[in-house]
Amino acid sequence: MYRYDEFDQDFVQARVAEFSDQVQRRLAGEITEDQFRPLRLMNGVYLQLHAYMLRIAVPYGTLNSQQLRMLGHIARKYDKGYGHFTTRQNIQFNWPALSDIPAILADLASVEMHAIQTSGNCIRNVTADHFAGAAADEVADPRPYAEILRQWSSVHPEFSFLPRKFKIAVTGAERDRAAIQTHDIGLHLKKNEAGELGFAVYVGGGQGRTPMVAKRIRDFLPEADLLSYCTAILRVYNLYGRRDNKYKARIKILVHETGVEEITRQIEAEWQELKDAELKLPEADIRAIDAYFAPPQLTARPEGDAAVKLARLDSKSFSEWLDQNVVTHRHPDYAAVTISLKGIGEVPGDASDSQMEAVADIAEKYAFDELRVSHEQNLILPHVARADLKAVYDALVDIGLATANSNLISDIISCPGLDYCALATARSIPVAQEISQRFASLERQREIGELKLKISGCINACGHHHVGHIGILGVEKKGAELYQVTLGGSADENTSVGEIIGRGFSSEEITDAIEQIVETYLGLRLDPSERFIDAYRRVGPAPFKEALYAGETKAA
Amino acid sequence: MKVLTANRLTDGIAVWYADGGWAETIGNADLAHDKAAEDRLEAIGAAAYANNEVVDVNLIDVTVADGVVEAVRLREKIRAAGPTIRGDLGKQAHPEAIRA
Repeated sequence: MYRYDEFDQDFVQARVAEFSDQVQRRLAGEITEDQFRPLRLMNGVYLQLHAYMLRIAVPYGTLNSQQLRMLGHIARKYDKGYGHFTTRQNIQFNWPALSDIPAILADLASVEMHAIQTSGNCIRNVTADHFAGAAADEVADPRPYAEILRQWSSVHPEFSFLPRKFKIAVTGAERDRAAIQTHDIGLHLKKNEAGELGFAVYVGGGQGRTPMVAKRIRDFLPEADLLSYCTAILRVYNLYGRRDNKYKARIKILVHETGVEEITRQIEAEWQELKDAELKLPEADIRAIDAYFAPPQLTARPEGDAAVKLARLDSKSFSEWLDQNVVTHRHPDYAAVTISLKGIGEVPGDASDSQMEAVADIAEKYAFDELRVSHEQNLILPHVARADLKAVYDALVDIGLATANSNLISDIISCPGLDYCALATARSIPVAQEISQRFASLERQREIGELKLKISGCINACGHHHVGHIGILGVEKKGAELYQVTLGGSADENTSVGEIIGRGFSSEEITDAIEQIVETYLGLRLDPSERFIDAYRRVGPAPFKEALYAGETKAA
Repeated sequence: MKVLTANRLTDGIAVWYADGGWAETIGNADLAHDKAAEDRLEAIGAAAYANNEVVDVNLIDVTVADGVVEAVRLREKIRAAGPTIRGDLGKQAHPEAIRA
């Protein structure tokens, strides 16, 4: 994985020193909150309901064991013994004291981590496919490009005060696991007919109060033009993006109001001015960054097949975990493992300090020291020899992280909601917990099959409800929590925004409503291979509306 | 009825104005029954903000039950108790302190 060079380390150290000084001056009363707020936000420090919150960047979701161990250390020493992995592949701590933040940032810098640009109207953490470098269906590892974008966008003077925040995601496979079409810029790394690497470029995707699917504005952008083209997009956005209304300031609104054809023309015109100048990426520079992401030496481990076969016979629960949480690796003797942070009834995305340390140990021993955070709020071991899968499983059982529910209904994305968040209008975690408990039976979950359920506690949609096969949005109505349900959303290569199915449900009703939707699907699917999303696209909302609301209409 | 609430500058912990200072629990917060009392609390909040003691200062609606102040809105109830999903965290983790 990427290692800081001298410049990176000096830059991060300098930022720690600068922000430590700002914190000291704030605590001494030398600067006001109005002066300090933008400074703390540039360093990932928010104020939530109960305390400050620190959001730490995990660039493109990639971590090593030492870094995860440090996150565990921070959780224990400065926080309340846990952290929350987010839908942007980052981690948040919910209870740090402002006075401790300089020490936390110094600890992070010692393992090449920071909290820079995890807030504010700048280019945020660039996210990527969590199976990058391991996936069997990948054209090339997208992370070198994410790293190039990270270096280019870090404290970029022109793009540090954009109309609004800006999110970029990169995938290297046809099957999109990075939800690129829900981002301001989505990049699909691919090869052209000549076998050269480049990108399909999507612009103007996003969720929040106005969900939009990104538009493809270029089928193939040569890799050397990555930065000049992104600069052209950002420049057009920075110039014309609305600053008069916060709710209309994202690039998705500009794309929508300008029209795809016209904005593409503007971007291409801007790009013509830039493309052959200093932003053109030299081949040698791309390959130098590539080298940092060279895959580990995956030696042949052909004994894996027999070992897995034997262990399957021995343990039904291992066999189920294998079926659900282990995916094919590009090397036949290896696999990529999803460590579910969605134990039944647990808080989605939370991990304790000791779990983080234990997972770091597992990664060090069995997974070439590599880990990923997925945008679905799970942890990933991207390279595990099949021969070691049983040992990994046993170690995960010991720390309560062997739930075999990846991609099933209890693998819920949930934002922190009103239990923590100052913006939230309703709680989301308790809803996730209750649904998870209702569908606790793994047998039942497997019978239902792939089902992406996503919950947000306000219209900002951090819980990605718009693109859940089933989405739940919590709002406040007449002083009570009300949950609105959307169906038919999806965040893959066929991205779609879910449709509101009807009136909302109270916190007492919502789990029953979800069960009703699931039962309706089970009753109408053609066969078990027809996933919820496919069935919904075939039949539309009518049968679900009928199941949820028919009684009311008749009663009325 | 209203009380004055904020978050402490140094650690961000939720606090309520009570008896001439900032308490970590809502139970004994100073009540404002009328506009004049609200103005007085607001002035105290503005001064504490200006003095860098607290941030995010707000007047919030409350009721009184058995002599104990309780927030009206769910958001403020959660601030006053802690996350509903983690009874071991926040003010609720020390119920004796809430009653005090």
